[in-house]
Parts: sequence; structure tokens; C-alpha cells
Amino acid sequence: MIASNLLRKLTHLQRVLLQIKKYGTAVDKPQFLGINSIFTNDIQFVNKDNYGSIPIYRIFESSGNVKLPDDKKLDNAYLLNMYRDMVTISIMDKIMYESHRQGRISFYMTNTGEEAVQIGSAAALTPEDTVYAQYRETGVLLHRGYPLIKFMNQCYGNCEDDGKGRQMPVHYGSKEFNFVTISSPLTTQLPQAVGAAYALKLDKKDACVACYFGEGAASEGDAHAAFNFAATLSCPVIFFCRNNGYAISTSAVEQFKGDGIAAKGPAYGIDTIRVDGNDVLAMYYATKSARDFCIKQQKPVLIEAMTYRLGHHSTSDDSTVYRSTEEIAQWSTYAPLARFRDYLESLGVWCQEREQELLNSTRKEILRVLAEAEKKLKPHWKELFTDVYKEIPDHVRKQVNLMEKHLEEFREHYPLDSFIHKK
Amino acid sequence: MLGKLSARLRYAGKRLFLNCNATSADFKHVRLIHFTYFPSNGRNVVGETQKLNMYQAINHGLALALENDPRTVIFGEDVAFGGVFRCTMDLKNRFGAARVFNTPLCEQGIVGFGIGLANMGVTAIAEIQFADYIFPAFDQLVNEAAKMRYRSGGMFDCGKLTVRAPCGAVGHGGLYHSQSPEAYFAHTPGLKIVVPRGATHAKGLLLSCIDEPDPCIMFEPKVLYRTAIDEVPLERYKIEIGKAEIVREGDAVTLVGWGTQVHVLLEVADLVREQLDVSCEVIDLISILPWDAELVCESARKTGRLVIAHEAPMTNGFGAEIAATVQAECFLHLEAPVRRVTGWDCPFPHIFEQFYLPDKWRCFAAVRDILNY
Repeated sequence: MIASNLLRKLTHLQRVLLQIKKYGTAVDKPQFLGINSIFTNDIQFVNKDNYGSIPIYRIFESSGNVKLPDDKKLDNAYLLNMYRDMVTISIMDKIMYESHRQGRISFYMTNTGEEAVQIGSAAALTPEDTVYAQYRETGVLLHRGYPLIKFMNQCYGNCEDDGKGRQMPVHYGSKEFNFVTISSPLTTQLPQAVGAAYALKLDKKDACVACYFGEGAASEGDAHAAFNFAATLSCPVIFFCRNNGYAISTSAVEQFKGDGIAAKGPAYGIDTIRVDGNDVLAMYYATKSARDFCIKQQKPVLIEAMTYRLGHHSTSDDSTVYRSTEEIAQWSTYAPLARFRDYLESLGVWCQEREQELLNSTRKEILRVLAEAEKKLKPHWKELFTDVYKEIPDHVRKQVNLMEKHLEEFREHYPLDSFIHKK
Repeated sequence: MLGKLSARLRYAGKRLFLNCNATSADFKHVRLIHFTYFPSNGRNVVGETQKLNMYQAINHGLALALENDPRTVIFGEDVAFGGVFRCTMDLKNRFGAARVFNTPLCEQGIVGFGIGLANMGVTAIAEIQFADYIFPAFDQLVNEAAKMRYRSGGMFDCGKLTVRAPCGAVGHGGLYHSQSPEAYFAHTPGLKIVVPRGATHAKGLLLSCIDEPDPCIMFEPKVLYRTAIDEVPLERYKIEIGKAEIVREGDAVTLVGWGTQVHVLLEVADLVREQLDVSCEVIDLISILPWDAELVCESARKTGRLVIAHEAPMTNGFGAEIAATVQAECFLHLEAPVRRVTGWDCPFPHIFEQFYLPDKWRCFAAVRDILNY
């Protein structure tokens, strides 16, 4: 008892001494809390021109050279698997976009031009990593193994959609593949991803959270919240910003005035890298390093993937109204698929014939599952009322009964035939 | 152990910056509170009880939750040193900085972060320092927390999220330390909302919210933190969400309120008995969403008269929902129009607080009027 009291007094004394040292005025070093800096006699405003822009990491050089990092080369089957998924998204996008034009689905968003961001990063993650996405990350889910038919079920909102047909198309989600269901409000997933990462840290898991968002979404307050929480609470989360130049019609020039999204990272104390998002291997290796770092250090990482949104924002948008066809055409020549294909051909593992074969078989398969999804009935109308809460509360139950009675009388005015009848 | 903790809490309580108990009468600039507290003792709980005020009871509840499940965390602004209302006193020391911690000052971040934790099955107890500051998190609560289970077809949910926020009048809180925002959230399917009227209820409701498989918000009337002293059961107990409570039986008029207002209404019932010689049935709604329409309607059918009172403004306040439901369900039993006695449709003022609140005289006048209708 006496000993512990003495010890406490000693530590108290120590602390007092330390504080005297810390706040002494004799030293000409700033002692402001939380800032480690020096005094200066010059008036100098700091801006992005005081230091160089954050460079863009790449592997595929424009000369056609490929400078692989010291890590050993990925094996061919792995590379081909990545390529196959990139091709699959691009074909699925074309077919689904057309389906919308034909009025078969209500909405769609393509991933054109961003296939490398998605597949490159997804390939470097493990199934234990939890993914929070915005909406243009179909490739991430596909590369995790999500079956084609499930994408279609969601877009059609049929009875086999895991989401029970409640959300708009492309709002995918899968518990099995650790991909948290997408929601429309932008950036809300960012602070959530940080909370999920804190949970991984608490559980001492050998995994991280991967959180995707666009450069437009980065302007939302939730992005600020997430970066700051992730840094101060030391959370193993990788923030993937898809900087594709546009948020619907708003170009990046109107979105920010600093050095993009990457420059924000260090300001929050987050380790940051900018990557050529059209370079699938650069995305892969940057993500791999980020993942290793953030799990080992239990800290966040920010990756800004520079890319270009080749397609329209969505099926409700005609992007030629606000950008030139020349601009789009110019970016098409840097399209990630072509660059990856060149690399595979240079390795001697890919050729025109195999390409054609892949295109044909993929197209056929997608059309097949599309037809299958289209044929399925929609869920029972009562699914409108479930999952609001875990259990249906009395007041909602009453409303189910009201609707049931109403349908008994007016059933011919509702499309009940397209919905499952028995529950 | 608990006695020692309680002594420390009492000491800390003396330093509470919001003086709202009897000692504050020493200071002329802080007026007396506008109600008399009616303790809620003798709940049907066996076992030891202890005299605790509401912040101590909440502290007990939080400690029990942390003890009960190691995957439980508490976070928010300034919770680590004990919280500006002392609700999290000593918890960091007892359970570690990884489980009880400060966040940056950002409400949308706090709730978003809590949703993420809850997604992973961690019990997340978030604190918003004042209910007045919950609005930056409105999007996360309304678009995200409330809809997560529904939109994912039940694959993902954040049922393990509980948000606590001090609410209501405190004597001198002005615009941004006095609000009662329950009606904003009551319009959101997917959320559950409760308001305790004292220490016993705060602990029981908190433990219910934490266990509830849906995201919950508990609005804690901050004026009760120190004034509401009950004999609180020390063991774990819960108060069911969605159930109202008849605090006093009567047959002439039904009075419905929640939080601090229940105590105002109990005083009104005394006044009515004294001056008009009839009895009022006083109901503590307790749970705003889902709310106990059955109990309220049953009482309204019995008495034929209903007064609803809440501190929040009248237009679109939760009283409107109750009034609409009661007129639909009890139309043939009503002897007089349903009356709402509420805060005025103005921001919550500083020096005019006494004229703003639906105090016992305004409630008494309403009861008298509908008795004479």
C-alpha cells in the first residue's frame, strides 16, 4: 500500500518535471500541442505550388516497357484470370446498358475505363477483407467470385435477388463475399468502413477494410470524417479513390483546387500513394503493399487511382452534353483493357484467336443468365414489409393486413402475376 | 466496489457544469427547475437497489454492458475522461482505452463509425454530446442506419448500434442545448427511439437498446441527470421498448408525455385532483418508435379525454401522431377534442424559457378546458 502510494507520488513528480521541460520557455522550439514544427521569421503562405505534385505510380510505360517491382512476377494463370474478369465486366456493361435502352431494366451504371482499378485492387485483397463500395466497383465483386446470375438477379429485382428487389439496379451486396451492400447516398460508406476496420483491429484479425469512392464523393463531409477518424483511431482501412475526372457533369477542375485527393492524405496523417488507374499491375502492386502496411501497422492508407470515366455517368446521363467526343476518344487509346492485353501478348500467353474465343463465350454466357434472370418472378409483395426491423412491429403488421385486404378487393389493378403468389 | 464508484461519481457530480439541482438556487442567474421529480421506485425487481441519480444509473448500465460482452465499445466526444455529463465516469480506467475512447469532433463521423462497428457485430454505443448536435448525423441515421437491414435484404444490419444523446430543456440551454428532436427520427422506419423519465428507466432502457437487434436512439433529458434520483436495482434488468406505462391511474382525463414532461403531468394530476376534484390517468409513453398505441387508446376510450404534452414544438411534433391515431381509433369514445400542450413553434429561447415550456399551468389549463368542453 505504502509502496504503491510512493510509486504514484514518484510518477506524479516525474510527470511534473516532464511538463516543466515540455513547457519551458528557454528552448526556442514551438510547444503547441499536436504540432511538431519550427518558428520562422518569414511570411510565407503555403500552397500546392510550394512542393511537387504527388507522382503517379505505374508499371506499364508508354513505350510498351514493363518494369515489374522486385516482388516476383505474377503467374500466368493469375494474370489471365484478372484479364478475363476485366473483359467480363466490359461485356456485361455493354449488354446491360443495351437492356436498359430496350426498357428491360430500369437503370444501369457502366464501369468502362475503370476495369483496371477494380480488378487490380481486388486481386490484391483476400476474401477476409471487407469491402465497402460506392457503385462503380462491379469488377471488385466479380473478381471475388460473385456469380453472373446474381448480378442479373439484382438488376431485375427478381425473387432470387439477395436484396429482395428493394434497391435500384447495381446496388449489389453479398454477405458471402464480404461486400457490404451498396447504397445511393455518396460517401456514407467511408466512416462506416472505418468503424468496420476498428472492429477488425479489436478482434486482432489479419485483414483490412477496402473502401472505394469517387473523387466527387471525396468532397462530402463524410470523407473528411472518415479520413480523420481512420488516422486518429488507427484503423486498418484502405481508401481507394477512383479519380475518373468527372462527378456526373462536374469535372475534377470544379471539384477541387488542391493536388487531387491524394494530397489530402498526408494532411490527415495518412500514408498515401497515387497510382495510374489504367495500369492493372500498378493497381495490384500498390494495393498489395497498402494491404501489408495497413495490417502490419494498423493504420489507414489512401490510394488515389487516376483514371477516366469512359462511359456515361449512368443510363440517365448523356455525357457528350458536357464533354467532347474527342476527349473521350483520346482516353479510349489509354484504355486499361488494351494495355493489359498488349502485356499479355508480349508474354506470349494471349493472342487474337484466344481473345475472340473469350469475347464470344463470355457474351453467350451473359446473355444466357440475363434471359434466366428475366424469366424469374419478382418476390412476394409482402417482402415490402419485412426487414424494416428484425421482427415486424405491430404497427407495420397492421399495414400488411390493410394491404392484404386492399388487394383482395382490387387485385386486378396490381401486377400480381409478375410476383410470387405463395409465401 | 459499486459503493466506492458511486461515491466517486457523487463527488464528480458536484463539479457538473450545468447546475440544475437545488443548490443552483444559490445563484440568481440560474432559475429553479420547472418540475418536481417523482421517483420511480419499487420496480418488480428482486435484489439489491441503490440510490442513484440518472447519470449514475446510466453509468451502471454502460459498465454492465461492457462487462457483459468484450466486443462492446463506447465512443463519442469527451467520453474518455467521463463525459461532460459524467455518464462514462471511470469506464476507460476499468475497461481500457481501446473500448472507451474519444473521437474527433464530428457527429456524422461518430454515427457512421458506429454503423461500421455494428456491421461487424460489435456492440457500438455512441454518444452525441447534445441532441441539438445530432443533425449532422441525420443522413447516417436516417438513410443508412435505419435502412441497412431492409436494403440489403437482411444480409447486413447495424442492430448493435445504440446512440445516446442528452435532450430537452435544462433551464438555460438556449437554442442549442435544449432541443427535443424525437419527432424528426420518429418519421424514419427502421429506427427505435426511447426517452427515459428517470434513473431506473434510463438504465433499463439503455440495456434494452443495447440488446435490441435494431439501431436505437435514447434521448436522455439532461435536466434529469442529477435531479432524477431513484432506488435503482443493481442487477441487470431491461425495460421493454415499445411499451408505455400507466404511471398514475385515473378516469377523467388521459395525460400522455415522456421524459421530464411526465413529472410535469404528475404535478398537473395533483393540481386537477385538488382544484377540480377529478382524477387524471398519467401515461409515460417511454418509447416513441414504435409507440404503444394500444395502451394510449385503451386509456383514451376509458376517460374520453386526452391531453398530450411535449417540450418540442407543436407542428408535426410527435403529439400530432398520437392525436391522429387516437381520433381514428377512439372516435366514438372521445368527449372532447384531443389537446396538445407543447413548446411553441419557435426555436427554443434563452431568457424566455419559462414562457416557452408546456409547464404545469399550461397543461392544467388544457385539462380544465377539455373537462368543460
